Amino acid sequence: MKQLDVNGADLYPQLREVAAVLYKKALTDLPPDVRRSVDEAREREEGLAGRRLEVMVKTIRTSDDTGIIVCQDTGICVFFVRIGTGFPVNPAKLVTALREGIALASERHALRSSIVHPLTRENRQDNTGPGVPEVHLDFVDGGEELEILLVPKGSGSENMSFLRMLSPADGTAGVKGYVLDCVIEAGPRPCPPTIVGVGLGGTADQCAALAKKAILRPVGEPHPEPDIADLERQLLTAVNTTGIGPQGLGGATTSFAVHVEYAWTHISMNPVAVNIQCWRGERASATVGPEGAVSYGY
Amino acid sequence: MGTDAANGAGDGTATSEGGGRVLHATTPLDEAFVRSLRCGDEVWLDGTVWGVRDASLIRFFDEGKRVDADFGGAVFLHTAPSVRPDGSGGYLPVSVGTTTSMRMDRFTRGCLDELGVRAIVGKGGLSAESLEHLRRSGGVYLAVTGGAASVQTRQVAEIEDVLWEDLMPECLWRFRMRGFGPLFVGMDSHGVSEYQRVRDTAQERRAAARRVLGL
Ligand code: SF4
Repeated sequence: MKQLDVNGADLYPQLREVAAVLYKKALTDLPPDVRRSVDEAREREEGLAGRRLEVMVKTIRTSDDTGIIVCQDTGICVFFVRIGTGFPVNPAKLVTALREGIALASERHALRSSIVHPLTRENRQDNTGPGVPEVHLDFVDGGEELEILLVPKGSGSENMSFLRMLSPADGTAGVKGYVLDCVIEAGPRPCPPTIVGVGLGGTADQCAALAKKAILRPVGEPHPEPDIADLERQLLTAVNTTGIGPQGLGGATTSFAVHVEYAWTHISMNPVAVNIQCWRGERASATVGPEGAVSYGY
Repeated sequence: MGTDAANGAGDGTATSEGGGRVLHATTPLDEAFVRSLRCGDEVWLDGTVWGVRDASLIRFFDEGKRVDADFGGAVFLHTAPSVRPDGSGGYLPVSVGTTTSMRMDRFTRGCLDELGVRAIVGKGGLSAESLEHLRRSGGVYLAVTGGAASVQTRQVAEIEDVLWEDLMPECLWRFRMRGFGPLFVGMDSHGVSEYQRVRDTAQERRAAARRVLGL
């Protein structure tokens, strides 16, 4: 899907195809910043930690060569969509098309269905269900494009998610200590080296969403505000002091990056959330221009 | 019967970059071989490896069901693969990776003592209680590199059988592996756990990490 007929009646089947492409791509073709991070860590680490990173390097190459997905966990799909108000799409129909695209890719590529009812554990065998995929819609006033970013979030790392409603008296010190505690608590489980996403402020659910959003930022792109970028650097040095290392079996690289996103909050609140992304750092994006040209990225 | 390492086929004295030994073995594994393994060793396996996960282990131990198979010396891998029907009732591997072991921790004793399993392959390690079971019964925990499923999938020579298919994808899978590795001895039968060692280190370094944060 390189070119969509944006004004045609059949826009939605085309968007379904785009979603299907994104699902397979995110699971197979790791983003360049993640590849670079793995390579750099391989250079840095010695001994068994280095051996484990070698396997990661080889895994990336094997997936490039064979089209086999990097990790067997097909994840729980989360879309982040930005719709320019100038782009002719009906958001409700778009959400349906995205869901259908996930089901389509699951069948087409025999992707394991990882999605179940929370109580009965019923599995529809197509990686969807009520509420899944999760779709975040944003609207860009005056925008002409449609941007779709997909994260098929792995469970091993998503299970290492944390939220604490700290008190304002705990201050920044409380926030920093909490992030460090979370990384130590997570240990080997999210398949380090990780990207640690930190959400600050907002309401409880907004804070958790900010932490998720933080893992989407490419490694090597610090927060634009110098104070926050400095906090990110400090936190990264701290988590890499723990020695948890690749796969939690020791080493200098526990995380590739710590990213912080924030919203303002209430005078009596100080929420902090942590969301962790595994070493494979899976994500894929597509941007559809006003004339329907599609460009894929990460 | 398979400890190639013992008879030299796998060169039991080779040294990995990490300093441990590199050992090649064919399943099923015998107790002497498993007890010879130490944390830091790197292991490569050939032969049958059974894929198990939450649902199949619940069926074994909570529901008390059994299948007609001999698990003496067996290797259990924590996985739920993606597969494709091969057109003649069997399956071809699409992606065979490894899942977090801790969820299946409470089944360690049953696997070792009731079924006779010798090696559990997974990621993230098991508890101190499981470490004690490994010591007592002569078992080992082998760590794969989590998330490295494309490499691991290429090491599956064949899906030999699948039992309890109704649990798809959490069935009981019988894989024939060719050059399955590198696997790292993460918990040995001498009471040593690399995971515990790393956890202890992280606790010791917590103060230093807090100083980095000005705390
Ligand atoms: S934690 Fe991530 S990389 Fe590791 S097995 Fe799970 S999904 Fe894959």
